[in-house]
Amino acid sequence: MASGKGLNIIEIVKDSALTAFVIAALALPFAGFRLADSPTGLSIDPRLNWVGYAAAIAFFGRLVLNIAQGTFLPKLSESFSIGSGHMGQAVQRYMFWIGLVLIVFAIALPFMPFSSRYVLDLMIVLLIYVMLGWGLNIVVGLAGLLDLGYVAFYAVGAYSYALLATHFGLSFWICLPLAGIFAATFGIILGFPVLRLRGDYLAIVTLGFGEIIRVVLLNWYTLTNGPDGISGIPRPSLFGFMEFTRRPKEGQVAFHQYFDIPYSTEHRFIFWYFLILVLALFTNFVAMRLRRLPVGRAWEALREDEIACRSLGINPTNTKLSAFALGAMFAGFAGSFFATRQGFISPESFTFIESAIILAIVVLGGMGSQVGVVIAAFVLVLVPELIRELQEYRMLAFGGVMVLIMVWRPRGILSFREPTMRLYPDKGRGDES
Amino acid sequence: MEYFVQQLINGLTLGAIYGLIAIGYTMVYGIIGMINFAHGEIYMIGAFISLITILLMGQLGFTSVAFVLMVALAMAMVFAATYGWSVERTAYRPLRGAPRLSPLISAIGMSIFLQNYVQLIQGARVKPLQPLLQGGFVLMENDGFTVTLSYLQIIIIVLTVALMTVFSLVISKTALGRSQRACEQDRTMAGLVGVNVDRTISLTFVMGAALAAVAGLMVTLYYGVIDFYIGFLAGIKAFTAAVLGGIGSLPGAMLGGLLIGLIEAFWSAYFTIEYKDVAAFSILVIVLIFRPTGILGKPEIEKV
Amino acid sequence: MSNAPLLEVEHLSMHFGGLVAIGDLSFIAHEREITAIIGPNGAGKTTVFNCLTGFYKPTVGRLTLHHPSGKRYLERMDGFQIPRNSGVARTFQNIRLFPQMTVLENLVVAQHNMLMKASVFSLAGLIGLSRYRNAEKEAVDLAKYWLDKVGMLDKADWDAGNLPYGDQRRLEIARSMCVEPCLLCLDEPAAGLNPKESHELNELLMHIRDSHKIGLLLIEHDMNVVMEISDHVVVLDYGRKIADGTPEEVRNDPSVIKAYLGEEELPEEVARDLGVGQGDDDDA
Repeated sequence: MASGKGLNIIEIVKDSALTAFVIAALALPFAGFRLADSPTGLSIDPRLNWVGYAAAIAFFGRLVLNIAQGTFLPKLSESFSIGSGHMGQAVQRYMFWIGLVLIVFAIALPFMPFSSRYVLDLMIVLLIYVMLGWGLNIVVGLAGLLDLGYVAFYAVGAYSYALLATHFGLSFWICLPLAGIFAATFGIILGFPVLRLRGDYLAIVTLGFGEIIRVVLLNWYTLTNGPDGISGIPRPSLFGFMEFTRRPKEGQVAFHQYFDIPYSTEHRFIFWYFLILVLALFTNFVAMRLRRLPVGRAWEALREDEIACRSLGINPTNTKLSAFALGAMFAGFAGSFFATRQGFISPESFTFIESAIILAIVVLGGMGSQVGVVIAAFVLVLVPELIRELQEYRMLAFGGVMVLIMVWRPRGILSFREPTMRLYPDKGRGDES
Repeated sequence: MEYFVQQLINGLTLGAIYGLIAIGYTMVYGIIGMINFAHGEIYMIGAFISLITILLMGQLGFTSVAFVLMVALAMAMVFAATYGWSVERTAYRPLRGAPRLSPLISAIGMSIFLQNYVQLIQGARVKPLQPLLQGGFVLMENDGFTVTLSYLQIIIIVLTVALMTVFSLVISKTALGRSQRACEQDRTMAGLVGVNVDRTISLTFVMGAALAAVAGLMVTLYYGVIDFYIGFLAGIKAFTAAVLGGIGSLPGAMLGGLLIGLIEAFWSAYFTIEYKDVAAFSILVIVLIFRPTGILGKPEIEKV
Repeated sequence: MSNAPLLEVEHLSMHFGGLVAIGDLSFIAHEREITAIIGPNGAGKTTVFNCLTGFYKPTVGRLTLHHPSGKRYLERMDGFQIPRNSGVARTFQNIRLFPQMTVLENLVVAQHNMLMKASVFSLAGLIGLSRYRNAEKEAVDLAKYWLDKVGMLDKADWDAGNLPYGDQRRLEIARSMCVEPCLLCLDEPAAGLNPKESHELNELLMHIRDSHKIGLLLIEHDMNVVMEISDHVVVLDYGRKIADGTPEEVRNDPSVIKAYLGEEELPEEVARDLGVGQGDDDDA
């Protein structure tokens, strides 16, 4: 679409008309003819006016878009573009401070005036996805291994926690690491068969594994209770001796009693909130630390060029397995938290859509970017929650947003890579154009 | 023995349906190297359009089954092709030069979008259809168990064979087929020698969508009930079939489809029905470990 | 020559189905020498490299590397073990850098195995032990040394993918040296370089040979480079060795001339360029 001098009105009108025609054709069989229940089964309920509306919206929408593209849009998007241009470089330089501000805000959140159980609950959901995004980032963003079945590790973590807690009565703080180990083991088991696969094949097989785990959880009744799920998962206590209930169990002290403050259910939410915050920040910390260590650099090198890695003596098998294992472990931790927070889990929470959401968070945020994951999680998870009234359209909007963001910014919202070491820390990159 | 033969027939029929969908996957993967995640949804859309057309024709008073089916076939193919074309234009073409993951995420997003679009517009409940074609041949009879080959099954298999032949001829004999093969092997060069790459790719999507639509019609008639979710599962299995047969190979896609159909039929007949979906995945994993290029695929030698 | 043998290739053959890519090749490359493998396109030169560095499994043959700590049989080793345990490093015909990582990071990644050992698989680094910090500092120092040698110290923080072509080639060589190999294999290092850059490359390779006392194995088409710096030349044609000796010997060998030019008498200009006598009279 030519920008700049003058708009070719005829071309624009033709283009808009074509768009309207196509949209009308697409809408015709669906919007135009609704399937309705009738006494004899299904019948067709023609609503051809909807086709007309759709075509009209398409025509004018495309018209406006074309006009905008021909006039002010390109300049606008360039000055606002993050990751390049003026704003982009500014964002890059202050990334550290932006992250710090976000963390401080997160810590202070429960004590702010607008905080409530509802807000905390929302933030807890967000933080679970952020943690999962940071964990998957190790596999996809750093090591470049396309994993479409990450939810499997989340499920393994949740179920192992639930089973350990309900059958053996172990406390949260013992079950958590155990669940992580189980999940990591699964990560290695899943990693072995896919070592030789690249790109899309790897994606499909991992997707298959995710589905296999879900079907097994659904059908292995004796172990997992099948679709009924596992309930009665105990809630965590503060370091094993303080509980967050009104009347604590024998031998336990209640939180409010210990600190001599009136009981409030909000305490439990605040505790959960800080728990997931700590877990998520731990995930982030470990991942960032590992990035600067040989194992992390090997992951990134593997992503860049596996053959070159081999020629430098790096063992691709171990590198891939370590990425899978570590990513899986963090998903396992997240799963444990999820199980204990809900008190009840079932296979329904671990569908392919969850894997897709987590992957979308990583890719849309910009692979490798930690803050990007937070932004993407906010957009993809929180915003739909906030517009509850349009709940029906939530998934529709979700899919649409995924496509739109990818088309707008193929590399993700924040797509620059921060080097792990600099020879000249004070200078700029030098190769910025 | 009779039971076995019946499962064989059922498996082949199911496999033909998977094969038609698989061809769409393999053609798109061959030419632009990406998995068209939304392809399963195109199949589902084809099924819905078939259903709507059949019901509409009934409401308008047409009684000839053959005529109604032909119109349904045509409508499904035309509209599904339009959807396939639109998906390519909006979600994939802008991302041609982008890193691998981006078109994949876009495709997943498109898949979610289309699923929910249909769900919202047509309702989430399953949609049943009265059986249109009943009856068939009795092949064998023994101990009270009859092996039947229904007319519908015959039509499905014959139509599949016919379409396969037509498409194979198109690929090998026509200019379009040559353009496709050129784009598969070296897209840049193909463009430089005058192939209209964009149009070739669009046509590939359109062809794949048309075949998926036919599969959609078949499944509507065969199972008598559809819903907005059938695309996901069939899509995964069909992609498994394409990979199994060797991605990029048209006969491989059909072969893979038939195998998956047979595995599914025999597994649910002789083992347990709950894990039948898992059977297909497990086969895929095993094949990819030992023969990553699939059955009819060409082994790739690493160029260093 | 008094230099000890470093790499002994004995009866190496590589068959791809019915195609004989390499047929019964034997030669010896010595320490502190530059051995060049030359031959027309398709002669099998890169295939030899791929067999030596574990990308192909030879059909037949023994590849003995005389490592300081003992003999290594390369034909039996897995791809990544060869650089790790045998000290054989290589560069590629189509440069393979890590484009999104910086120049410095590329060089530090090359020292992966040393760093992993020092950090106990990164665990020591995770808890901040000084043992790892010291090892990392050493790695950076080695990287700086090589950056200086190839004249790219000021570009250390650039993304490798943004480097100009000549720099990318030099970075690849610097990276291979960071592996601290005893045998360095270079696949067409002079490809695409202008005369000035080729000259600098010659200097670099000779410096590596003389100061670091390793052996170099070189595939090249650029005869200026080959003739100027090689101590030993092996000529392949259709996968078989047709000449083996010093540059002078090879230059005048009629079968070599025939392989490259298809006739035994050279046109005047070509003969002048090659510094060879015309016709196939006995000169040497």
